[in-house]
Amino acid sequence: MKKTEKILAEHPFFEGLASNLLKTIASCATNVSYTAGQVIYHEGDMADQFLLILDGKVAIEIFSAERGSLIIKTVGSGEVLGWSWLFPPYLRRFDARALKKTSAIALDGKVLREKAEADHRLGYELLKRFSNVVVDRLKATSLQLLDIYGKHA
Amino acid sequence: MKATTKDVSMTIPHLVQRFTKETHDTFTLELVPPAGNTEFSFNAGQFNMLYLYGVGEVPISISGDPDDGSKIVHTVRAYGAVTSRMMALTKEDWIGIRGPFGNHWPIEKFTGYDILLAAGGIGVAPLRPVLYYILSQREKYGRVTLLYGERTPVDLIYRSQIEKWRGRFDLEIFVTVDSARERWRGDVGVVTTLIPKARIDPANTLALLCGPEMMMYYTIKELSKEGVSDDRMYISMERNMKCGCGFCGHCQVGPKFVCRDGPVFLFKEFKHLFWKREM
Repeated sequence: MKKTEKILAEHPFFEGLASNLLKTIASCATNVSYTAGQVIYHEGDMADQFLLILDGKVAIEIFSAERGSLIIKTVGSGEVLGWSWLFPPYLRRFDARALKKTSAIALDGKVLREKAEADHRLGYELLKRFSNVVVDRLKATSLQLLDIYGKHA
Repeated sequence: MKATTKDVSMTIPHLVQRFTKETHDTFTLELVPPAGNTEFSFNAGQFNMLYLYGVGEVPISISGDPDDGSKIVHTVRAYGAVTSRMMALTKEDWIGIRGPFGNHWPIEKFTGYDILLAAGGIGVAPLRPVLYYILSQREKYGRVTLLYGERTPVDLIYRSQIEKWRGRFDLEIFVTVDSARERWRGDVGVVTTLIPKARIDPANTLALLCGPEMMMYYTIKELSKEGVSDDRMYISMERNMKCGCGFCGHCQVGPKFVCRDGPVFLFKEFKHLFWKREM
């Protein structure tokens, strides 16, 4: 457990988090790894956990019948994968696939939701950090939509 | 590196020695002067006016090696009437050149610093001469990093050269695209997402940015967040350059003429003019 707490404390996503909250979060953590090409989840799957990527690279994809899978974002070491566990109906909104061997800490979203309801300090810290991730992704998506390298940029 | 003092107002016909198709809309021209003409010399960041007979003239950055005066290299993206017609050029066709114009990236003053090059789209072409220059005297510089963002993997230019450069131990290259099919193994996301990977030492880094203004705007914001100050960032501006000498006013931005005073500007000195609705 101590080792997990240390890994969490060193991950940029939990930078500066109080040690008692880290301890609570560490109790919901497990180590996971994926081989290159392995599907981590599909759109529509239950979103019952999120990943803190320690090493490797994961593609976030949208699938369409006509075009196949389109990678819209990659996340790697020091980043976080998955926020659907926070918001009803707790279903995955995209596909995720490891592009190379990836190791991560998986955190049980269902248990964390319950703990966050009981301890609003934990809930606030989690929401603050996930809001940043969502804002960053929204900003990046806006730039992608603006086609910043295109003819009319 | 010394710029030539020849008359840049004269259009001189050059022969297409080599035409390389980089992508579906981008190509590289290797041009040689007519027999008897002296070698061409330029500084990294300068541009030429390329004239296609009976069609028109366009400003295009020089993208070759500043130490190789035997040919003039231009990488062109077919965006307008002239550049689209240029795409039909073949070996031994003629094209007119005036230049070189403009100032340059002052890399000769950057010795001892870490150099961060951030390129968006065709903006990688004007930065390539900087890399040639640095690599020719690599020991004079600290860490050298290229961040290159494109729309999709098929739009990436200089692929084989970038792959080769990536194999060097003294050069870091990060490439990202806005979207990709599932076979792509690289990064997906806008170029600003590469900045944390560059592990910048803001006190010792000089950043050179080239790409559409929108890309530079967001890159500057992210670099500022990392602690890179305005007097450590250089940008290359693109405007509607026509005469190349600051006479016609087509490329004027406030008191500056991009063709004559630029295209390279220290961001600190251009900040009040950059990304303004009126400009």
